[in-house]
Amino acid sequence: MKTSELIEALAADPAPRMPTLRASLGAALALGAALSAAMFFATIGPRDDFAQAVHTVRFDLKFVDTLALLLPSALLCLHVLRPDARLRMWALLLLTPMVILALAVVGEMLVVPQSEWGTLMRGDNALHCLRVIPLLSIAPLAVLIYAMRAGAPQNPTLAGALAGAAAAGIAATLYASNCTDDSPLFVASWYPLATLIVVVAGAAAGNRFLRW
Amino acid sequence: MSDVQSDEKWAQMMRAALGGDEAVYRRLLEEIGRSVRAMARGAFSRARVGDADVEDVVQETLLAIHLKRQTWDGGLKLAPWVGAIARHKIIDAMRRRGARRIEPIEDFEGVLAAPEGEDPHARSDAERLMQQLAPRQRDIVRSISLEGESISATAMRLSMTEGAVRVALHRALKSLAASWREATQ
Repeated sequence: MKTSELIEALAADPAPRMPTLRASLGAALALGAALSAAMFFATIGPRDDFAQAVHTVRFDLKFVDTLALLLPSALLCLHVLRPDARLRMWALLLLTPMVILALAVVGEMLVVPQSEWGTLMRGDNALHCLRVIPLLSIAPLAVLIYAMRAGAPQNPTLAGALAGAAAAGIAATLYASNCTDDSPLFVASWYPLATLIVVVAGAAAGNRFLRW
Repeated sequence: MSDVQSDEKWAQMMRAALGGDEAVYRRLLEEIGRSVRAMARGAFSRARVGDADVEDVVQETLLAIHLKRQTWDGGLKLAPWVGAIARHKIIDAMRRRGARRIEPIEDFEGVLAAPEGEDPHARSDAERLMQQLAPRQRDIVRSISLEGESISATAMRLSMTEGAVRVALHRALKSLAASWREATQ
């Protein structure tokens, strides 16, 4: 087939009325969050003392952390879908959750005696956390990857990893309302590990489904 | 014409194309094709991989541009976006041909000034890949591209609605891109 012939076929194919990338990614995030929330409330749900817990700093800080993971990763997901995207300063946004977490850990170490650090770090729910966050991430990750297929990322694996981070952000936000371990020492030990599992799964999915 | 002017012109043409102007879109794709051809030829000769499948890269790039139109930000420039897609496809093609070392590919802006015409004897893999399409889809692509038949004439001949022909054409182009991609992996 000659190039001029291919051009005839392309020109005859009218511009489809496709939603913008921003709209479809936004819809995917909303749908993914809704599915994940449905699964969360149908199974473990928020902890019994939720109403009291929201008045404690440590509990609330967990949501600052998880949202600081969710929002920048979601933004970057959208950004890398353009083939001519340059990451540069944008990538620094991903440091936000880590910086917040590190500051919280330092604060915690200043206010609790050293003898308790180990107990707080291990908590009561470490394995639960490592299981629940990846499970709640499955639906948002699948929906996000599906929506991202409309994009043209330079690096499909990286795009998938970012989708994994955003999905983990949704899952961790939900899980944080269930988990009774609120110490930043616990959060900094287990949430990133759970997130990493989802990021690796996302990278594999990106490599498989986001090539173009 | 300076690159800046040609780039703004391309962006304008793309906007018109997205608004449904078929003639402008055809002209834009032809111009882009000539620039991508120059870029691919340059990259292949620097990597010493020969330029037997330059036309494949041009066609894959045009197909990707077509199917990924909504990833253009709609700004003042189109060339950086086109260049990024072309670079992606050139690197794929080099890997396919076993190039060990991939030299940095020159900026697309650098080749805008020296476009190249199509070699009338070049044949791409598209011909072979079209064999994988469903017969009806293949018939539609063939009659529109090779025989220059219009959508309405094709619809009449196959006793389909124009809408159904359009849908079939779009699906055919998508699966053409997919089988090209599978050939790469």
